Amino acid sequence: MKWVNDGFKVFNEEYGIYFEIVNNFLLGSILSIKKFLVFLPWPLVIALVVVIVFFTSGRKLGTTVFVGICTFFIGFLHPKFWDKAIETTSIMLIGIFICVIFGIPLGILMSRSEKVRNAILPVLDLMQTIPSFCYLIPGIMLFGLGAVPAIIATVIYAIPPLVRLTDLGIRLVDVEVIEAAESFGASRSQKLLKIQLPLALPNIMQGINQSTMMALAMVVIASMIGTRGLGDEVLLGLQQLNVGKATEAGLAIVLLAIVLDRITQAYGQKIQDRNKPRTK
Amino acid sequence: MTKIEIKNIYKIFGSHPEKILPMVKDGATKEEVRDETDHTVGLDNVSLSIKEGEIFVCMGLSGSGKSTLIRHINRLIDPTSGEVTVDGVDVLKLDHKELLEFRKKSMSMVFQRFGLFPHKTIIENVAFGLEVQKVPAVERNETARKQIEAVGLQGFEDQYPAQLSGGMQQRVGLARALATNPQILLMDEAFSALDPLIRSDMQNQLIELQSKLKKTIVFITHDLDESLRLGDHIGILNGGRLVQVGRPEDIIMNPADDYVKAFVKDVNRSKVLRAKTVMTKVDQFDNTNINPSNTYNVEENVVIEDIIPKVLKERSTISVVDKHGNTMGYITANELSDALTKH
Repeated sequence: MKWVNDGFKVFNEEYGIYFEIVNNFLLGSILSIKKFLVFLPWPLVIALVVVIVFFTSGRKLGTTVFVGICTFFIGFLHPKFWDKAIETTSIMLIGIFICVIFGIPLGILMSRSEKVRNAILPVLDLMQTIPSFCYLIPGIMLFGLGAVPAIIATVIYAIPPLVRLTDLGIRLVDVEVIEAAESFGASRSQKLLKIQLPLALPNIMQGINQSTMMALAMVVIASMIGTRGLGDEVLLGLQQLNVGKATEAGLAIVLLAIVLDRITQAYGQKIQDRNKPRTK
Repeated sequence: MTKIEIKNIYKIFGSHPEKILPMVKDGATKEEVRDETDHTVGLDNVSLSIKEGEIFVCMGLSGSGKSTLIRHINRLIDPTSGEVTVDGVDVLKLDHKELLEFRKKSMSMVFQRFGLFPHKTIIENVAFGLEVQKVPAVERNETARKQIEAVGLQGFEDQYPAQLSGGMQQRVGLARALATNPQILLMDEAFSALDPLIRSDMQNQLIELQSKLKKTIVFITHDLDESLRLGDHIGILNGGRLVQVGRPEDIIMNPADDYVKAFVKDVNRSKVLRAKTVMTKVDQFDNTNINPSNTYNVEENVVIEDIIPKVLKERSTISVVDKHGNTMGYITANELSDALTKH
């Protein structure tokens, strides 16, 4: 479709400056996170991860030790994986951050109005089903090769579960609990902040967990448009038909996935335990 | 003095309630409306007035509209048509802000499944009403602590609701409702989820609290014994219509229709009927056979369960007296037999 190409070209020329700004901002954030993490000596990074897991999991020793070992093994597989894993993590952190900023408010809006939900749901379906290369290409044209279009693609691909689960979590809150809050004269914002969001938190955390996992998958695919990180090792292995190399890099990705999954999962579990009635 | 006035309330659930309203006003029954229009009639021309300081019990089976009715008083539900007045204020004319203010100050609600906030501790739950009113933390915790003590739950302040038993959770619900010191208490099947012994405990506790606090309480239940025990007045709902309103004795002695009759059939009359309802008045009583040495004076509001042994075992005649000591009437085995078997 020629008109799409022409239209896109004009669009790019007219509004390129704004994308430039976004580009610079995102690139700056990624680089500073990456520089900071690379600058830290690796034992310190591992210690940091261990401390985070320890507290988010509610002081579960088993999970903490397991995650610590996984983190260590990423670097142990091959020293160069360490920096690459950090690069991947930086892109993901920014991506997830953007997902949270947009995804949670969107989920809240959906839970409040049937109309908004009906409007957003098909868009979410579209975002999840459309092949990611379709928006990687315009991403490259707007932002150039590298990390930024990868982030955009990551957000598009990873935001739907967070939006859905936020919406679901809020709608699942017991009607009687909501009525109780209303009967005391709680305003909409009091209801949202004091009751609905805290009670939806396990679901929202599950959403963040899902988004994180999907973001990781996307970051690997994004290596095809020149995003650096663990994904480009896999790509390299593929191009050289070097199965061993690809396996090794794949293993590192799995380890990273386990670490990120445990951190987000454990936190959700901790809140859920508190809200559930204890069975004797 | 009338505290809550409900006038000609209609509530129809469905996509176009206004369109169905004329049909319901013309007398179509709940079933007819459901079959013909896909709408559900929640309330059908209900009018009530509830006096200050009384316990008004609203009774009916599930689906009779009692929970819908109670939610009209604090406007958790808006009626399709009708009027609700609380303390002379037309509740339906309040705008959003005024409504929030009205709910904060005038009334609070206790729920069937307790409606506690699972992520908040007991003290935070009880203090919630005050938190919404932006009362400083120190002050609201102090009030909450007092309320927790009043319902006998001291020591549980920092636990979560899931750690408490059902009866304890509902006491938290009650404490939470009382913490804002409202004049009106709405209790939606508050004790229905509790097992019988704990339920009767809670009823006693409510009666005791009420004798001190003198709130206006609207109590919803499907349990006749509970309503007879608690209610100063009872309203019986069937299919969204109010079929009878009256004092417990009125309901038992003169059931308005077959539905109410079926309800009161199995009730233990001796626990509900009072001496003054059962007695034969002085002027109609043939007192030639009274043996003055075998006569007992009994206060007019005593339930007849308490006088049965005297009449049946000791063959006494009961003389019913008012609070000034004047004899109002007499009860013998005849009166008892009539009262306990009347249908």
